[in-house]
Amino acid sequence: MSNDTLDVINVPKLSKLDFVSDQMVKWCPGCGDHAILSSFQKVLPDLGFKKEDIVVVSGIGCSSRFPYYVKTYGFHGIHGRAAALSSGIKIANPDLHVWMVTGDGDSLAIGGNHFIHALRRNLDINIMLINNRIYGLTKGQYSPTTPTGKVTKTSPQGTIEHPFNVGELAIGAQGTFFARAVDTNPKMMTRIMYEAAKHKGTSLIEFLQNCVIFYNKAHGLITARETKYDNQILLEHGKPMIFGKEKDKGIVLKGTQLEVVKIGENGVTEDDLLIHNEKSEDTGIHLMLAKMQPPEFPAALGVIRSVIHSTYEDTLHEIIENERESNPIKTVDDLLNSGKTWEI
Amino acid sequence: MVAKNNNVVELEKVVVRFAGDSGDGMQLTGSLFSDAAALAGNDFMTFPDYPSEIRAPQGTVAGVSGFQIHFGHADINTTGDLADVLIAMNPAPLKKNLIWVKGGGTIIVDTDTFTDKALVKAGYESNPLTDDSLKDYNLIQAPISKMTKDGAAELGLDNKMVLKSRNMFALGIMFFIFNRDLKSADEYFEVKFKKNPLVVKSNKLVLRAGYNYADTIEALNRVTYTVEAANLKKGTYRNITGNIATAWGLLAAAERSGRPMYLGSYPITPATEILQEITKHKSLGAKVLQAEDEIAGIVSSIGASFAGAFAVTTTSGPGLSLKSEAMGLAVMTELPIVIVDVQRGGPSTGLPTKSEQSDLFQALFGRNGEAPLIVIAASTSSDCFFYAYEAARLAMEHMTPVILLTDGYLANGSEVFLIPKVGDLKSITPPLVEANDADYQPYRRNSEKLNRSWAIPGTEGLRHRIGGLEKEDGIGNVSHDPMNHQIMSEYRAEKVERVANYIPEQEIMGEDTGDLLVVSWGGTYGVMFEAVKKLQGEGKKISLAHFHYINPLPKNTEDVLKGFKKIIVPELNMGQFILYLRMKFPQFNYKRYNKIQGLPFMEKELGDKFNQLLEEK
Repeated sequence: MSNDTLDVINVPKLSKLDFVSDQMVKWCPGCGDHAILSSFQKVLPDLGFKKEDIVVVSGIGCSSRFPYYVKTYGFHGIHGRAAALSSGIKIANPDLHVWMVTGDGDSLAIGGNHFIHALRRNLDINIMLINNRIYGLTKGQYSPTTPTGKVTKTSPQGTIEHPFNVGELAIGAQGTFFARAVDTNPKMMTRIMYEAAKHKGTSLIEFLQNCVIFYNKAHGLITARETKYDNQILLEHGKPMIFGKEKDKGIVLKGTQLEVVKIGENGVTEDDLLIHNEKSEDTGIHLMLAKMQPPEFPAALGVIRSVIHSTYEDTLHEIIENERESNPIKTVDDLLNSGKTWEI
Repeated sequence: MVAKNNNVVELEKVVVRFAGDSGDGMQLTGSLFSDAAALAGNDFMTFPDYPSEIRAPQGTVAGVSGFQIHFGHADINTTGDLADVLIAMNPAPLKKNLIWVKGGGTIIVDTDTFTDKALVKAGYESNPLTDDSLKDYNLIQAPISKMTKDGAAELGLDNKMVLKSRNMFALGIMFFIFNRDLKSADEYFEVKFKKNPLVVKSNKLVLRAGYNYADTIEALNRVTYTVEAANLKKGTYRNITGNIATAWGLLAAAERSGRPMYLGSYPITPATEILQEITKHKSLGAKVLQAEDEIAGIVSSIGASFAGAFAVTTTSGPGLSLKSEAMGLAVMTELPIVIVDVQRGGPSTGLPTKSEQSDLFQALFGRNGEAPLIVIAASTSSDCFFYAYEAARLAMEHMTPVILLTDGYLANGSEVFLIPKVGDLKSITPPLVEANDADYQPYRRNSEKLNRSWAIPGTEGLRHRIGGLEKEDGIGNVSHDPMNHQIMSEYRAEKVERVANYIPEQEIMGEDTGDLLVVSWGGTYGVMFEAVKKLQGEGKKISLAHFHYINPLPKNTEDVLKGFKKIIVPELNMGQFILYLRMKFPQFNYKRYNKIQGLPFMEKELGDKFNQLLEEK
């Protein structure tokens, strides 16, 4: 796969229906997962992969039911371990396209270790982290992304913990691709899924997803029709950072910090705005963008970071090929008879 | 002991122990002495005894590193109870190892190191060389340090450097005493220090200085010993440790099954060497992930297995605990993986560098739910190769996780290994599914073995989903149906039980009936064999049944147990296999004999115990 285009294998054009399994989808009505699933099934035919080369992997949680609903190879693992499962699958067979579906509890709490190390190793896998800021399957306990002070079943006086910012964590863990999408915008989701598939390396998409039952409107400011324009900004590589219903707001770098400005006020023009560079090696601006939160800032959506580092499986493959060439031990019989031996 | 002529005595078996500070090169000295034993055609076994600290304080008992070799003209099955010869490079090694020397045995010390300061550091109140405490031993007081310096003086190297080869002086003494050829050591120096001819020369000189010194001193009364070649089967041999044998057995299984090798592991004593060894052999296609933790080690292996690899994870007791949940996932998804547990002293961090057999219950039962899997155990350092291979064969042919138990003693110990040919090993035929098999169902079972099939992602026409939730019999959809869970639980149990049809029957060493049956398992084989053989030689009606297959047990186990008046189960734990046998065959009366000191059994203590039972009415 080149960096910019998908290597479309000569397979008959598939449709969304080719990826819909015969299993009844059991998420609550109104759950954001429905839209994410549908977008995923929709983007798969566009990727041009053979359907038997796709593997969907998950851990535990509402979102982790995902593999049962997608008609590909699938593995529903155990809590927190989806990243380890995905890593083993990808290393064993790099030709497979591995999609891992996980949640804020699965990957940031119980599976935090595997999650950060998967990012660091940069295997070419795609991680879809569905963040609803609450534990849904166990019915409403706080998660590592629940805002401080939030009352939940396990924080009756409000949580006293500081939440993770997914992007900040991922970039800190050497993540090479981080994007964010909202579950209310299928078009945005499919576009970002496509970008993630294209990225050679571990790509992480954080979906801001709404749990209607246990934390309704967790991302309400960002997604609600009446407030979204002021509270989200869709980043595009090479384009100035503009947002707002009237496209009249922007982001500038003032000193070492980001600031929201109004175009036309105080002499600010479009030329003053930051131009998004997702390919910047330097993580500084990417981290600042990932951390932007309403109401002070719009939440950054789209691809925030996309840089190319060597992937684990490619480098391993190279080493194996070199060893096969140069190492005199070609078989286990060679190995058994290597070194110091003697005849009786 | 047979006197051959005036000054050469022929010995059947000898135990030699080299002991020094952890920086004194005792492991190397021991392995060079082993090479010479190999060259002489002896059978031998070795065991290193090193501190768990990398460099414990010099000169203290905690920092002592030892290496024991048991070699002989006769068949060698243990690393030896007590040493015939101890080489102590400093006071601390003498202090620590004296209890392991036979009464009347030979002790060689470097007198130059027995300074007041060193004696205090080692915890001696008076100098053992002069206070008569060693009068029952044949004590050879050699100024090894001084003579090492003298021996290489002509090269003009600095003293500090020359003193590093003090161990070679000691080796030279041993070579003389046992009439060994210097050739193998010389060859080692030439290869090891190829880039530094001066060091090659200095080592050769010091080795010879030791050799000549032993030739001239009177302490030996001009007696030397020979240990003639053992009566080993014809073939090509090598020396191998249990960990290396395990690694190679796994690689052989990958090659033979045609499934690429994947290892996901986290370093842990005493299993780390398997990980280090396999990762060296990428030329054989082995893929190794040094995982972020024990859990990722096994879970990534399950992923790799799903993707069609022969997948393995290696660990020791604490790591096995961390893998428990994932083992259940492998049981549920019925994917083949091998979990190697190199047992060490527990619980918790326990005794990381010491050996024990106390993970048996964890291996058999340490999972939530009804989660049966195959458990087998290796019994010698070299048969780790065959049982690692066997674990792989059973995992892949029966589509189940298999736990292979070895232990620290087997892992680090070494013995002579008759090199097999991979082509002579049993074939391994995993139940792979052909592309577009219209009848494929994820949980359709083989009618004989009850295993499901291996449908590998990337294969056309076999897309399916599996996972940790209970699956519907056959089609494999998630199912919470009560009767289905009953059926699937029974299938999983029966599948493992039926493995008994595909493993050898239990052998008995000795008669099928008698007064006492010794039942043992795993790494204690050698010493059980020796102790039982000795009593058999004395006409006692004693036999040995040493188990390699723990779950399932061989089909004839009950028949084996019923032929004896008494059964004793010696174990290096508090009695785990005995409880398992009581559960499986409650009709028999078993006696326990347990040792939990981080040390192997000694032949003598076993012999005494067996005799006591034989004599009791």
